[in-house]
Amino acid sequence: MAIDVRDDRRYIESHEWVQTVNGTVRIGISDFAQDELGDIVFIELPDVGDEIAEGQPFGVIESIKAVSDLYAPIEGEVVDRNETLFETPELINESPYDDGWMLEVEPADAGDIDDLMDADEYESQLA
Amino acid sequence: MTGRRTTLYGAHAEVGAKFTDFGGWEMPVSFDSIRTEHEAVRTDVGKFDVSHMGQISVTGSDALELMQRLVTNDVATLEVGDAQYAAITDTDGIMLDDTIIYRLGDRDGDPSYLFVPNAGHNEEMLDRWTKHRDEWGLTATITDRTDDYGMIAVQGPNAIDLVDSLTEEPIETLSRFTHTTTEVAAIEVLIARTGYTGEDGVELLVETASAPAIWSALECQPVGLGARDTLRLEAGLLLGGNEFDPVENPRTPLEAGIGFAVDLETDFIGREALSEQLEAGLKESLIGFGLADRGIPRGGYRILDSSGDPIGMVTSGTQSPTLGRPIGLGYVETDHAEAGNEIAIEVRGEPKMGKVESLPFVD
Repeated sequence: MAIDVRDDRRYIESHEWVQTVNGTVRIGISDFAQDELGDIVFIELPDVGDEIAEGQPFGVIESIKAVSDLYAPIEGEVVDRNETLFETPELINESPYDDGWMLEVEPADAGDIDDLMDADEYESQLA
Repeated sequence: MTGRRTTLYGAHAEVGAKFTDFGGWEMPVSFDSIRTEHEAVRTDVGKFDVSHMGQISVTGSDALELMQRLVTNDVATLEVGDAQYAAITDTDGIMLDDTIIYRLGDRDGDPSYLFVPNAGHNEEMLDRWTKHRDEWGLTATITDRTDDYGMIAVQGPNAIDLVDSLTEEPIETLSRFTHTTTEVAAIEVLIARTGYTGEDGVELLVETASAPAIWSALECQPVGLGARDTLRLEAGLLLGGNEFDPVENPRTPLEAGIGFAVDLETDFIGREALSEQLEAGLKESLIGFGLADRGIPRGGYRILDSSGDPIGMVTSGTQSPTLGRPIGLGYVETDHAEAGNEIAIEVRGEPKMGKVESLPFVD
């Protein structure tokens, strides 16, 4: 199955994506990441109101075979999180870019996103 | 580093399997998803490449004596066509490996056995058998046949029907822990009604070169090591390296809950230590546990009692695909080992509440 890389968002090396939606920034993991992890069975996310710091772990994701940290692509405050993932973490496998989003963050500096990898750069990292 | 590859590697790569290192072998960890593969075995049938398991043959007039003195079970009870689970212990009763022993047809009137050590243990066991044969002045012929054989497990409620439809002789009458030799697609195979999933099924032993033909004749879901692990965990079966490891986690078969594979009436290396342990009582015992809280138990996490004091260590854990909840195996102080006891697993510093459960988790 081909790996999907969307060009409507940006990426970091550890395979998280960010996408600006109405002034806030959504964060999730890429199709490559969910495919590598395999069956996702558990996720830990920060609470609304928590601060996340660029390059620092903001949560934990577990598949049947592995435990991985989730890394924050930017600095900001969590304004929403995808509560449905706690009951149905497999949504991240099924829809990593849409229904499987994790956090919405108010960025400390909206310009930070432009420094991240675009789809072409991310895709060349996967090759 | 690339590990050794089984003769089925090409077939796995062709269908896009993901690979992992296991016991020095490059083995498929998943073909589709662990959940899909797991479910196929619980509800239908799946096939596993287990060619990484070792095979050692022991033949000769004193083959029985040699086997009897090196494994914990009573090999003398095996008739031709029988199979048996046993542990291999050192003088302290510590498990070096676990194995299945097959009694093959006699050779020139002498008994002949084939036993299957875990992946990567064949050389160590060959050395162990050879050293003790020479030390004890025995004459049995010991041969490492790992490179000569491919091994395929077919497991699930429809496994027998599938294999039966391909064999020259019917196999549905084969009893659990017995084996027979017949043909599949005109290729000779040894078929044993054994497995490592908690389901009905068989394991097939074929000459290495013939394994790809048998594999493709078995039209069903291929299953990787990922689902093999979740299946055996639900069945409460031990994994070498997790539930026992002579260096990292030295355990006796009594602590590991496989006393049924230990016959203290026979004379084997480790017997005295095990007799003493049985008499003194077990300090620690293997338990199965389930969590009511969300969280995945993993090997190495601490097991706490209901007041938060450490009482043991997790050896294996997962989110059970069949039950849809977290389960695991581990060792605790024996007075905490009773089913129903409240325990907690420390997951990243947080206690997750659960209970000791009786094994297997899934029948």
